[in-house]
Amino acid sequence: MKRKDMLGLRGVSRSEIEEILDTAERFKAISKRKIKKVPTLRGRTVITLFYENSTRTKVSFDLAAKRLSADGVGISASTSSVKKGETLMDTARNLNAMQPDVVVMRHPCAGAPHMLAENFPFSVINAGDGINEHPTQALLDMLTIRQKLGGIEGKTVAIVGDVYHSRVARSNIYGLVTMGARVLLAGPGTMCRKEMEELGVEVRHTIDDVLEDADVLMMLRIQRERLGPGMLSSSREYSQLYGLNMERLKRAKEQVLVMHPGPINRGVELDTEVADHQQSAILEQVTNGVAVRMALLFLLLGGEGGNDDNIA
Amino acid sequence: MSVVMRGPDIGRSIARMAHAITESNGGVDGLCIVGIHTGGVAVAKLLSVLIGRIEGVSVPYGEIDITLYRDDLYTGLEKPVLGETRLPFDLTGRTLVLVDDVLFTGRTVRACLDEIMDYGRPSKVQLAVLVDRGHRELPIAADFIGRSIITEKSDKVDVFINLKAPSDSWVSVNGEGVA
Repeated sequence: MKRKDMLGLRGVSRSEIEEILDTAERFKAISKRKIKKVPTLRGRTVITLFYENSTRTKVSFDLAAKRLSADGVGISASTSSVKKGETLMDTARNLNAMQPDVVVMRHPCAGAPHMLAENFPFSVINAGDGINEHPTQALLDMLTIRQKLGGIEGKTVAIVGDVYHSRVARSNIYGLVTMGARVLLAGPGTMCRKEMEELGVEVRHTIDDVLEDADVLMMLRIQRERLGPGMLSSSREYSQLYGLNMERLKRAKEQVLVMHPGPINRGVELDTEVADHQQSAILEQVTNGVAVRMALLFLLLGGEGGNDDNIA
Repeated sequence: MSVVMRGPDIGRSIARMAHAITESNGGVDGLCIVGIHTGGVAVAKLLSVLIGRIEGVSVPYGEIDITLYRDDLYTGLEKPVLGETRLPFDLTGRTLVLVDDVLFTGRTVRACLDEIMDYGRPSKVQLAVLVDRGHRELPIAADFIGRSIITEKSDKVDVFINLKAPSDSWVSVNGEGVA
């Protein structure tokens, strides 16, 4: 892979995605060892810069860096000088002055990681930018699908819920379409618009419209923090039309894979029994997250195509 | 110069190494054979088959990929392709025979030793190589050697082992991969 940054899956080729997933497969084994660490990125510095809350993604990146022997430092906006009015560019200039090799960034504005990538020599990994992309989540989702279903090509993946505000959905759409999957979307009209068909997907309406066709049911959380007024009538109505419960799971394909990027709102998009059901791959997704992030750090920094400016 | 060993020579060398390994360890009790990716794997497979035949018991066999432990990952020389490390037994307390096709700078073996220590604590580690071509950059030596050959540092040594038709195997110096 010859890239300085990983900003999104839009425009990332099939062979690059396969390379990342194949590499991640190897890294999974390391997390199962007693000594969960390899010396590969010894002396490299990884900064996680989070302007939005996170549990999974942040811990996952931190562990990925540590298991590769890189040194990691985490900054969250709520406890940093951002609170004192520092601009993003100034924060980045100051971080750059301390010679990081990779900055992993989450920001509420779409395009924020792209701005840093253009202006600084360190590698940037997008850990979620507004409603735009969250490429590492989509990669771990694709790894999970590949492991559980034996492949991605030709599989039907239904993404259900607040698609419009979901960077997870957007990255998955780019990645899954590139990998040859058939993608169906379902969600309230305010959160799942017909125009999205331009991305090579099929937009339907309620969960019942996609239930029987899907090999994978990817359930999304309602992004309350991003909703405009009048976009959601009530959680109860949402749950009735778009939520996955046991009755619906029984109507789906027998081997259907239930996925969710977390955090789950139990009882809204997923009923508790479904979340904990054996068809659910939710915790497998989390395990795969560490492996995928290790693979990305390794591929961005290791060998040819690495960040040569910082090697010297 | 081109082919320096052909199938039958390679077969005799590996057979002699198999005998030497069992002799110096007083049998195969606690012994395991570990091939180093990618070149060492075929040699290790032949060795473990022969040792099994000599002693009448099969010896635990594993493979190790050292990519993540290399010291030249960031020199931009080549693209890292990750292989798989498979050590399906507990290393602790065992005698581990590392197997590679060519011993050159010794850096691969150094990386390998580091990786092994992350998997367990063998009581002894030995090194078996089909070809020792000299030019060590680290203080590392092999315990069992198929053949020592004299080379220039810039020479290219290739080993091809055909597991299905072992007589088609060869070792060449600056050859173009001749059969």
